[in-house]
Amino acid sequence: MKFEHIAGGETHAFASLAQVMAAATPLRSGDELAGIAASSEANRVAARYVLADLPLTHFLNDVVVPYESDEVTRLIIDSHDAEAFAPFRSMTVGDLRNWLLSDAADAVSLAKAARGFTPEMIAAVSKLMRNQDLIAVAAKTEVITRFRSTVGLKGRLSTRLQPNHPSDDLRGIAAAILDGLLQGSGDAVIGINPASDSIQNCTDLLWALDGLRQEFDIPTQSCVLTHVTNSMEIMESGGPVDLVFQSIAGTQAANEGFGVTLSILKEAQEAALGLKRGTVGTDCMYFETGQGAPLSADAHHGVDQQTLEARAYAVARAFDPFLVNSVVGFIGPEYLYNGKQVIRAGLEDHFCGKLLGLPMGMDVCYTNHVDADQDDMDTLACLLGAAGVNFVICVPGSDDVMLSYQTLSFEDGRWMRSISGARPAPEFEGWLARMGLEQMGPDRAIPDMSAMMKRMGLAAE
Amino acid sequence: MSEIDKHPAFNALRRLTPARLRLDPEGGPATLESVLDFQLSHAKARDAIWKPVDWEAVEAGIGGAEVIRVHSRAEDRGVYIRRPDLGRRLRERDADTLPEGPFDAVIVLADGLSADAVNTNSAEVMTGLVGAFSDLKLGPIVLAEQGRVGIGDEIGERMGAKLVVMVIGERPGLSLTTSLGAYLTINPRVGTPDSSRNCVSNIHNSGGLSAEKAVAKIDWLVRHALKLGVTGVGLKDNSDKILIE
Repeated sequence: MKFEHIAGGETHAFASLAQVMAAATPLRSGDELAGIAASSEANRVAARYVLADLPLTHFLNDVVVPYESDEVTRLIIDSHDAEAFAPFRSMTVGDLRNWLLSDAADAVSLAKAARGFTPEMIAAVSKLMRNQDLIAVAAKTEVITRFRSTVGLKGRLSTRLQPNHPSDDLRGIAAAILDGLLQGSGDAVIGINPASDSIQNCTDLLWALDGLRQEFDIPTQSCVLTHVTNSMEIMESGGPVDLVFQSIAGTQAANEGFGVTLSILKEAQEAALGLKRGTVGTDCMYFETGQGAPLSADAHHGVDQQTLEARAYAVARAFDPFLVNSVVGFIGPEYLYNGKQVIRAGLEDHFCGKLLGLPMGMDVCYTNHVDADQDDMDTLACLLGAAGVNFVICVPGSDDVMLSYQTLSFEDGRWMRSISGARPAPEFEGWLARMGLEQMGPDRAIPDMSAMMKRMGLAAE
Repeated sequence: MSEIDKHPAFNALRRLTPARLRLDPEGGPATLESVLDFQLSHAKARDAIWKPVDWEAVEAGIGGAEVIRVHSRAEDRGVYIRRPDLGRRLRERDADTLPEGPFDAVIVLADGLSADAVNTNSAEVMTGLVGAFSDLKLGPIVLAEQGRVGIGDEIGERMGAKLVVMVIGERPGLSLTTSLGAYLTINPRVGTPDSSRNCVSNIHNSGGLSAEKAVAKIDWLVRHALKLGVTGVGLKDNSDKILIE
């Protein structure tokens, strides 16, 4: 297979599928750092012409990371659903782009096709799509997951309430949870990034979260985002684990950097399923991903970071996750330099995740050395609302005081619901109504805060 | 009326966490007060990252110790932010200016991601370390501009140092821009993995590790590292126990 295109009298040749994919990717610092970005703007567009004419079947025979040495490639190839792929067998990447934008692609046909697509096919087609295309197609998908709440229904937008505290102080965490609940946050999960990963500390946090949930009978799930092997140990000793969390990436070597393999994830999923803690469903895994993770682990195989990110979604979908989100602007400016790059990557990640059948959410975020601010986050949040994102992450005042980065605030979550007309998960919406928290504003009866604080163990001393 | 006055019951809650709690059951959009406060914090963090270190003042603050100034291969801040690999390597013409030891230890100070941290807190830490290491064969202090942690490896290797102590500005958060970190690496070589380093972080005078305590901790680690010939996961930090005794 010859990868080349003549543009304006100049021949652009690419040595491999990985090189075409990398060159076709919208500019981002991570691909520049890896030395695989397009050599010029014209070279980038030439690569897109090459991709557009590439048959989809090519991706089944020409893998970007070797099958023999990478279990993620083996998972992708071995679990490929030929029947679901049949309608697309004769299409090129460009044909797929046109089909996705056509009326033939609707929620039903897209869901049916998901297992027929490989991550590389979806990454490739995303490189031919403008931001508006990524939004339009993602908005047609519907990926619904269930545990104690139902997330991903059309017209719904859920949030992860992230009440992190720099020293895991239980009362400080409870105060942040109260703040979030008052603003209707927490229907995707109440999820803490612990400052200390010790088993005892994580177990204490889980019992505290579970106690709160039960005291108020909140139809949501809790999670302490510690390593999967810690969660397994906690489950073994009877700790209340709803969702098992793990960071994952798109190559075996990058996953090894995270200390995980597919078999460890399988074992953890089976353990969590065995607890039968879900009430409306059994989806019990929570994964985070992010463009640039494999490069930072020196495990990228010369493949562009967006294609590798899509491969992480193949890992995720093997375990029927309840939630998946990219931490898009968190990995750092050496991977996504500024607001423009973060916004593009956020839309790509959401699109690719949804097309591959994942319940995709987003940590709409940036660190202080990324050239971005809350205006960029407003833009991305607005676009993701239009694209029908399943959930976003919210913290008090946009400021995560444990991880030292900025994501959306509880107010931002409410704003997204208000401008996109989306409501919380139905079970949680019912609970908010029962608690008198369903609508904000001066007309609302103010809940009895001192009673609520007392029940949370937060009464004034 | 401010949020705090409206709901006095919440005042106790605000003291439980540095998080920007709203705690207003009436809700509504974020208050202008909180929006501007957030913007000011973010602006300060951005400024701390992008403004240059005043190296003359830093050099003066270190006192009489011999100082050598070098630059990484990242020519400016923009390149530094995009290319961590260049921030880890010495500019070629600077490599030859370093004396060949051997030395027991070399201390490197780099701007890292916070000029504020270096401008504000480095003098006390650096003079403290020089004092603590008075019995060691200590090389000249190296000030590295546009440097990442890894540049200490190349500096230490070129100077024949048994151990390098890298003091560097940490990435600013919204609440604090002046935190320093210190990284200890035995037998420094270009490409040393981070798992082979010990880190003492959060060094600042706003409720973090004070310069005095940081120097004591680093000193403890350096002595044990030199004795055991190891840093990183193989060297457990039990300095707190010793400091209390």
